[in-house]
Amino acid sequence: MVDAKGLTETHELHRRRLGRNVGTALCLLGFCAIVFGLTIAKVREGGLLEADDHVPRASMLPITEDTQ
Amino acid sequence: MTDATTNSRIDTAPGEASFGDYVALLKPRVMSLVVFTALVGLLVAPGGVSPMIGFTAILFIALGAGASGALNMWYDADIDAVMRRTAKRPVPAGKVTAGEALSLGMWLSALSVVMLGLATNWFAAGLLAFTIFFYLVVYTMWLKRLTPWNIVIGGAAGSFPPMIGWAAVTGDVTLASVLMFGLIFMWTPPHFWALALFLKSDYNNAGVPMLTVTHGRAETRRQVFIYTVLLVPVALGLAFTPIAGPVYLAAAVVLNAIFLKGAWDIWQRDEAMAEADDYAVEKRVFKFSLLYLFLHFGALLLDAIWRLI
Repeated sequence: MVDAKGLTETHELHRRRLGRNVGTALCLLGFCAIVFGLTIAKVREGGLLEADDHVPRASMLPITEDTQ
Repeated sequence: MTDATTNSRIDTAPGEASFGDYVALLKPRVMSLVVFTALVGLLVAPGGVSPMIGFTAILFIALGAGASGALNMWYDADIDAVMRRTAKRPVPAGKVTAGEALSLGMWLSALSVVMLGLATNWFAAGLLAFTIFFYLVVYTMWLKRLTPWNIVIGGAAGSFPPMIGWAAVTGDVTLASVLMFGLIFMWTPPHFWALALFLKSDYNNAGVPMLTVTHGRAETRRQVFIYTVLLVPVALGLAFTPIAGPVYLAAAVVLNAIFLKGAWDIWQRDEAMAEADDYAVEKRVFKFSLLYLFLHFGALLLDAIWRLI
C-alpha cells in the first residue's frame, strides 16, 4: 500500500531542494543583473562606439599630415 | 539500529546538499579577508574605475578565491576528515561529494577569471588565474604535504588579492602593489604558526608537516619571531609609497611594535609556561594578527579617503 503521507507532507529533503533551487535562481538573477550593469557601465565609459557597417566612409581613412 | 545511527557521518546523495553546504565550500570567512584586501588594492590604485566595474571586479576576485577554496576541499578531504577544526566541512561531513566540490571549483574558477577579464583587463584576470593555480597546485597538491615551509610559500596565494584589485584598475604591477602583496606574504607565517602552537593535536593527527611537528615547538616559536622581524620593514616600507600617508605610518608603527612584542613573548616562552596558562599568549597574538592585517589595510583606505577630502 502506498504511503499517502509521502505525497502531502513536506520532507526535510524537499525543504533542502527548495532552498537550493531558490538559491540557484537568485544567483542566476544576480548574474544577469551584473552582466546588464556591466554592459551599461562599459558603454558609458566607452566614448564613441562605431561598428563596421561595410560601407567606406571618411572615418575609416588613415589620418594623414596636412599637405597644404 | 540502522547504519545511520551507528555512524556519525551521514552521506548525502550527490546533488542533494543544501545551498548553504555549497556556499560553505567557498570558505566564506577566508573570502571576507580577500574581499577587504582586494577592495583596498582597487580603491588605492591611481585612476579609479566606475563603481559597477569595481563591484564586479571585487565580486569575481572573491568568487575566484571561493573556487580555489572548493578545489582545496576536494583535494584535502582526507586531511580535513581527521582534523577537528575542519572535520565539519561539507566534504568530510558527507554533505557534498568530492566530485561536486571539484566540479563547482573548476566552473567557478573559469567563470571568475573570464568575468574579471571582461569587466577589467586580462592582466588582472591572468593574476587571478595564477592565484587559483598557485593555491591548488603549488600549495594544496605539492607543498602542503611535503614541507614544513608550506605556509611560507603557500601564503603567496592569499597575498595576491590586493595586487589583483590594483591591477584591475591600472593593468600593471608597481612597488606599492608588490608591498601590499609582501605585507600579507610575510604576515602569514607568524599568523599560522601562532595558531599551530595551540592546535597541535590537529596537525599531528593529520600528518601535515607543520613546523611544530617537524622542527619542534621551540623552533616554531623562534621562527614566529624571525618572520615578524622580517615583516616589519615590509609593513613600514609601504608607508613610504604614494598610496600611504600619515594614518598608515602611525598605524604601522604602533601595530608592528605590538606584534613584535607579542612574537618576542612567544619566543621567550616554553611549553610548560604555555600549557600553564592554556596558550594565552599564543592565542592573544593569533587574534591580534588578524587585527594587525585588517588595520593596516584599513589605514591605507583612510589615507586614500584623506587624499580625496
